[in-house]
Amino acid sequence: MKRLLTLAASAIALTAAPLAAQDIAIAGATVATGDGGEPIENATVVVQNGRVVAAGQGVAVPAGVPVIDGSGAWVTPGIFASLTDIGLVDVGAVSASNDVSAGDSEFSAALDVAPVINPAAQDFSYSRAGGVTRASVAPGASSGIFAGQGAIIDLGADYDAVREARAFQYVELGERGAGIAGGSRTATHVMLRNALFEAQRLADTGARDEDAMLTRFDAMALAPVLSGQTQLYVEVNRASDILTALRLPDEFPGLDMVLVGATEGWMVAEQIAASGTPVIAAALRDLPASFEELAATQSNIGRMVDAGVTVAIMQYDSSGEHPRNLPQAAGNLVGLSRVTGATGLTWGEAFAAISSIPARIAGHANEGILRSGAHGDLVLWDGDPLELSSAPIRVWIDGVEQPLDNHQTRLRERYRTLDESQLPAAYRR
Amino acid sequence: MGRHFPKGGPAAALASLASLALVSCSAATGASGPAVASSDAETEASEPYASTYERYPGVPTAIVGATVYDGAGSQIDNGVVLFADGAVVAVGDASLAVPTGYTQIDGTGLFVTPGIIDIHSHLGDYPTPSVPAHSDGNEATSPTTPEVWAEHSVWPQDPGFSRALANGGITSLQILPGSANLMGGRSVTLKNVPSRTVQGMKFPGAPYSMKMACGENPKRVYGGRGRMPSTRMGNFAVNRETWMEAQAWMERDNPARDLAMETLAGVLEGDIGIQNHCYRADEMALVLDMADEFGYQVSAFHHAVEAYKIADLLAEHDVCAAVWADWYGFKMEAYDAIPENAALIHNAGACVVIHSDDENGIQRLNQEAAKAQADGMRMGIAISDADVIGWITLNAARAMGIADQTGSLEAGKMADVVLWNGDPLSVYSRPQMVWIDGALMYDMNNPMLRPVSDFELGQPGEGDVK
Repeated sequence: MKRLLTLAASAIALTAAPLAAQDIAIAGATVATGDGGEPIENATVVVQNGRVVAAGQGVAVPAGVPVIDGSGAWVTPGIFASLTDIGLVDVGAVSASNDVSAGDSEFSAALDVAPVINPAAQDFSYSRAGGVTRASVAPGASSGIFAGQGAIIDLGADYDAVREARAFQYVELGERGAGIAGGSRTATHVMLRNALFEAQRLADTGARDEDAMLTRFDAMALAPVLSGQTQLYVEVNRASDILTALRLPDEFPGLDMVLVGATEGWMVAEQIAASGTPVIAAALRDLPASFEELAATQSNIGRMVDAGVTVAIMQYDSSGEHPRNLPQAAGNLVGLSRVTGATGLTWGEAFAAISSIPARIAGHANEGILRSGAHGDLVLWDGDPLELSSAPIRVWIDGVEQPLDNHQTRLRERYRTLDESQLPAAYRR
Repeated sequence: MGRHFPKGGPAAALASLASLALVSCSAATGASGPAVASSDAETEASEPYASTYERYPGVPTAIVGATVYDGAGSQIDNGVVLFADGAVVAVGDASLAVPTGYTQIDGTGLFVTPGIIDIHSHLGDYPTPSVPAHSDGNEATSPTTPEVWAEHSVWPQDPGFSRALANGGITSLQILPGSANLMGGRSVTLKNVPSRTVQGMKFPGAPYSMKMACGENPKRVYGGRGRMPSTRMGNFAVNRETWMEAQAWMERDNPARDLAMETLAGVLEGDIGIQNHCYRADEMALVLDMADEFGYQVSAFHHAVEAYKIADLLAEHDVCAAVWADWYGFKMEAYDAIPENAALIHNAGACVVIHSDDENGIQRLNQEAAKAQADGMRMGIAISDADVIGWITLNAARAMGIADQTGSLEAGKMADVVLWNGDPLSVYSRPQMVWIDGALMYDMNNPMLRPVSDFELGQPGEGDVK
C-alpha cells in the first residue's frame, strides 16, 4: 500500500526524466509476446536494464533479479495505440484545451505535434492505466489536406514523452480531404501533387516559384516525405480511393506510405497486399456512415489479414472511444471468428494488431513485443487482456514501474461513500 | 417538502401518482405492471400515428440446456425457455418439461437473455449514411420544442437497425430527439423489426416520453445565437416558464389544440415520461427539485456521468441513471466521468440502465455492461451477472414504461429473446438467434435471416455479415 501511495504522488508531480529502470522477472504467468502467436502458459519474462532479456517457457531468472509470482495473471508487452490524440487534449469540446486541429492556421504540413504534447493530460494516465505504453500521436487535418507531422511517444509518468518527433506526415485523400481542398476529390489530387512538386523543387534547388502556394515551412516539411525518410499516412476509405492512393508511388517513387481507415480495404485486399503497404484500420466499423464506407464490415481486417496485408487496429472515431478500449476492439475480432460467414482474427493475431504490428508500422520494431532486446514495456493483467473483465494490475515502461492513479481513481475513492455526516466530500482525499 | 401536483384536479394528481409507479426503477418485478395511459381504450381509439406493428409468425420454441439470465435478476443454469404465440410460456430449470409440438433448440454451452433494450438511440433520426440531408434529430430552432415527435423523423431504412439486431441482440429501443433543446420533443419506442413505415415499428402500447436536456448543449446552441438560454440559470428559467405556461393551458376551459402544450400536459398528468439528458450531479439535483415544483417524475437521467456523486438522491427519488460504461472527457461536463459510475449507482440501491446514444455502441450494450460490472468488482462491489443483464433489459424497460410487456423472461411477456453463442458478458460472444414476439428475426447460421435495408441493396457488401 505504501508503494501505491508513493506512485500516486508521482502521478501528480511528473518527473522531469524517466526514473531508473528496475530489473524484473515475472514467473508462472500466461505470457503473450505480441508476435502473433498464441499465449504461452506458465511462462517467465525477464527485463534487465530496461530491456527484455527473455520471454517464454523454461526461461531462467538471473541471480539477483526479484521474481514476481505471475500465477493466475497474464503478462504482455504494452499496447501500442495508433493515431491517438494523447497529450493533445484535456477536454475535446473545450477548444482552448484541444491542440488536435489548427483550422485557422496559415500552415498545414509543417504543423508538428511533438513540442505541444502534454504528458500531464489525464488521457495520458488513463491510457497508461489501461496498459497503453506507446502511441503514435497525429494532428487532425483542418487548414489543408495535410494534417501535419505526427510523433511517437511513450506514456511514462515523466515529461520525456516524445520518442520520435516528425515520424510521419498525414494527408486526407477521401471525403474529408475533398471538403478541405475545395469541395471535390479532384481538388484534393491537384493540391496533393502541387504540394509535392513544390516540395521537390525546394529540396532540389533551394528555390521556390513566385506563384508557390505552399508556405516555405510546409514545403520544407514535405521534403522528407518525398525521400521516404518520413512516412506518409494516407487516409482513404473507399475502395477506388485506396487503389488511387496505391498508384501514388508510380509518380513519387520515394514515398513510404501507410493507408489509414481503409474501411473498404477488404474489396481490394489483394492489391493492397501486393503493394506491401501496411494499413491502420478501425476494427468495428460496419455501417455505411458515408458514401466512402458503403461496404463497411467488421470482417474488413480479418479479410485483409487473410490476403496478406499487415494491419494494425486503431480506435474508431467516436466520443466514447479511447486508447484503453483497444483490447476490447481486438477481442471483438476474436469473437467475430465464431460468427458464421464472418472473418475475424486469432487471439494471437488480434493482440499483435494492438502491440507489435502498430509498432512495426511506425518503424519501432522493438516496441510492443516481448523478445530479447525489446523495450522493457510490460503489463501484468488480472486475466485475459482482451476480455472485458480484465485490467492491468501493474505496468512498466522501459523497466520503470508506472503509477496507475489518476483523476478518475481519485474521484472513485472520494465517492466510495456518500456519508457527509462529519465533513463534506471535499475533505476526503 | 410535499409534492406539488398540477392544478388539473384529482384525476391529474392520480395520474401523476400512477406515473411514479410506471417509471419506478426499483419496484418489485412483476408481469402485472401498471397499465399505461396509452393502452386505455379511449386513448387508443384517438391515438394518431398509431402502431400498425403485428408480430410475425413463429413456431412454439423450446431452448433447452442453456444458461438463462431472465433479466429480472435470476440465473438458471441448464435452463429451459418456452415460448409460443408470441409470448413467453414458461422459464425453468431442467425439470421443466417441453410440451409436444415445440421446436427444440439445443442450448448446451449457449446463453439466453431477454431481448436487449436501448433506452437512448438516435437510429432513424440520425441514420447512416450520416449526410446532412439525414440530420433529423434536433429541431434546433427554438430551445423548447415539445411539439415535435421523434417518430416523424425516423427513417425505417436506417441500416443501423439491422446491425443493432444482429450484433447487439436489440429487440426494442427508444428513439429520442437530440439534446440541442431544453425540451426536445417526444420520443418513440420501437420494436426492432424492419418495416416500410415507422408505424410498423412502433411498440404497441408503449407510453411516450419527452426528451429534456440540461447543461452545455442548450445554452451553447442558443447562447451562441445571442438568445436565451445562454447560461445554466437561463436553462432553468426557460424550463420553469414553459412548465408554468403548460399549467395555465391545462386550467383553461376547452383550450385550442396546441401540440407543445399537449405533450407538456401529458407529462404533468403522468402519461408521458421524462428522459433527461444531464451530466452533472448538481444539475440533476436541481432538475429533481424542478420536477417536484411542477409535479412530474423524471423517468431517467441520461448520460448522468456524475450520478455516482448523488446516487443516494437518485435512489430516494426513484430515478434511473442511463449511463455509458466508460465514456469521458469529450466535453467539460463529462470531465468527472468514472468507469465505476454504474456499479456505484447500483450499490446505492438506485436503478442502472446502460445506454448507447451511438449507432456503434448499440451493437455492444452487453459488452458495456460487462465492463461496468468489472470496474465495480475491482473496487469491491460485486454485482451478479444476472443483475448486470437487468441493466440492459428490465431496467431499461421500466424507465421506458414497457416493463409490463417486455424486458424479462416471464410467462405472459413478449417473447423477445436472444440466444447467445457464449456468455453475453464476454467479448467473444455474439447473438446466435434473436426472436421478437416469438418470431425468429435473426439467425447467425441463415444468411436469409439477416435483414438488408433498401439503401444497401445493390451496393457493395449487400447482405454481408457486417
